[in-house]
Amino acid sequence: MSSNQISDLQQEPQVDKPLYAPIKRRSFFMYAGATAGATALVLAGCKKDDNNNPAPAGSVSLGNGNLSVLQYAYSLEQLEAAFYAQVVKTPATDFAAIELKYFTQVAAHEAIHRDFFKAAIVNVAKGTPIMDLTPDFSSIDFTKRASVLGAAKSFEDLGVAAYNGAGKLITAGAGGDAYLTLAGKIVSVEARHAAYIRDLIMPGSFAADDQVDKDSGLDMSMTPVAVITAAQKYIKQTIDASQVGK
Amino acid sequence: MNFLNILTQLAEVDPDVLDRLNPRRAVFSSLGTVAKRSAMAATPVLLASMFQKAYAGTNAGDPVEIFNYALTLELLESDFYKKMQASPFFATASAADQAAINQIAKHEASHVSLLTTVVKGIGGTPAAGVTFKTTTFATLTSFAKQLEIAQLLEDTGVRAYKGRATDLQGIADVNIPGVGTINPLESALRIHSVEARHAAHIRTMRMQTAWISGSGDLDGADNYKGATPESNVTQAGFNLTTAGIITPGVTYTAADVAASFDEILTKPETLALATPLIGA
Repeated sequence: MSSNQISDLQQEPQVDKPLYAPIKRRSFFMYAGATAGATALVLAGCKKDDNNNPAPAGSVSLGNGNLSVLQYAYSLEQLEAAFYAQVVKTPATDFAAIELKYFTQVAAHEAIHRDFFKAAIVNVAKGTPIMDLTPDFSSIDFTKRASVLGAAKSFEDLGVAAYNGAGKLITAGAGGDAYLTLAGKIVSVEARHAAYIRDLIMPGSFAADDQVDKDSGLDMSMTPVAVITAAQKYIKQTIDASQVGK
Repeated sequence: MNFLNILTQLAEVDPDVLDRLNPRRAVFSSLGTVAKRSAMAATPVLLASMFQKAYAGTNAGDPVEIFNYALTLELLESDFYKKMQASPFFATASAADQAAINQIAKHEASHVSLLTTVVKGIGGTPAAGVTFKTTTFATLTSFAKQLEIAQLLEDTGVRAYKGRATDLQGIADVNIPGVGTINPLESALRIHSVEARHAAHIRTMRMQTAWISGSGDLDGADNYKGATPESNVTQAGFNLTTAGIITPGVTYTAADVAASFDEILTKPETLALATPLIGA
């Protein structure tokens, strides 16, 4: 999986569709890595100044303004969706049946978040979504429940802290009100996931003192740069979040 | 007070002042609300509030009102958990369940304390004395029945905070004595996600999914309804259950779509749910 495109699991059926589809708007990378034969198509779709090669290297800027906050959320949701897709595809051998059932639901939630942001960026914000990111899950042993849960906890707690820190970066007006409400609708679901996974790792740790400040009762909040720094090891491309919300 | 003169003088130091006061920035459109609260139009208070909004460039609601609204809900929750802890049924719960309730109660008490300090810090009078009605609590004759109410309180709290987020959008950071500099929206969001963690755990204690899947034993309660019910599957104009609406070949179920997004409650919707629970 680590060498595949994040959206393969959702988008593989597209490979044999005609390619007159808006190849520029939908990143053509959805075709890459699916079959060797697609390589030629990828090259055909490349403009001279495209620097987002299928090769893992490359840099992706999330941009600035309200759109960048959506791109930021989209990048994190891509990561989470790819992770859970892999969890469900190659379940840990020591998962309980109910755990696999619930992880299948979480995988659907994250895929929906990812796809929703992609659609919102195109149709609501009138922007161009960042490319399909290439995950690097080489540090995760998907055959082991403990490894999967540990990674899941990291992703979910990071996601909560990311949304909590990003809300104030969304400017009112120009769609910003709706974006903030949408982010609010999603962050509490991420917090539910985080709580569920924490409880699987250690019962009763859903809102433990390492995550929720014991004096103020506040959850974590992180800046985009801090979040991307933490997430970077799971993404092949280098993500530039320095201007998010600015 | 000469309003036009103030504008003229302001324009000298900030040529953009008239733009900032443009209706596009939702300043004048919010005057209606402000005027309802203020019997005296064009008082220095009103002007100050208008300029604050102009310069924040925001949706800004009245932070005292918003934080007192949150404080009212936190007081209700906090008192509910105190009553749980003092109830004879608490001893019948497992050590793990007791520990979870104690942890949640600790957070709610912290939220009450924090929000009280914040309301004072921004010049308001904090809500106080909000308690969970004793006679209603007395009808909860088991730990399990108490947990049902806890779930409803937490899931409702999540929706209530979410519903006011845009009212805090763009309000500038404020220095609160004893707390430090906070961003009001960020603080509210950081409480909001804690409420969601609580809701998730209580749902798990009750053998429900941590998220609102629609198939839970209480998911049909009024707390999950409203103008935008938790069963909603349309976001930003997209019915996300439509086959291939985003990704060709992919169709998501209504249960998964609904569970992927928690929905807001408006203030009147929240108060309609909470007020009957408040009393001596």
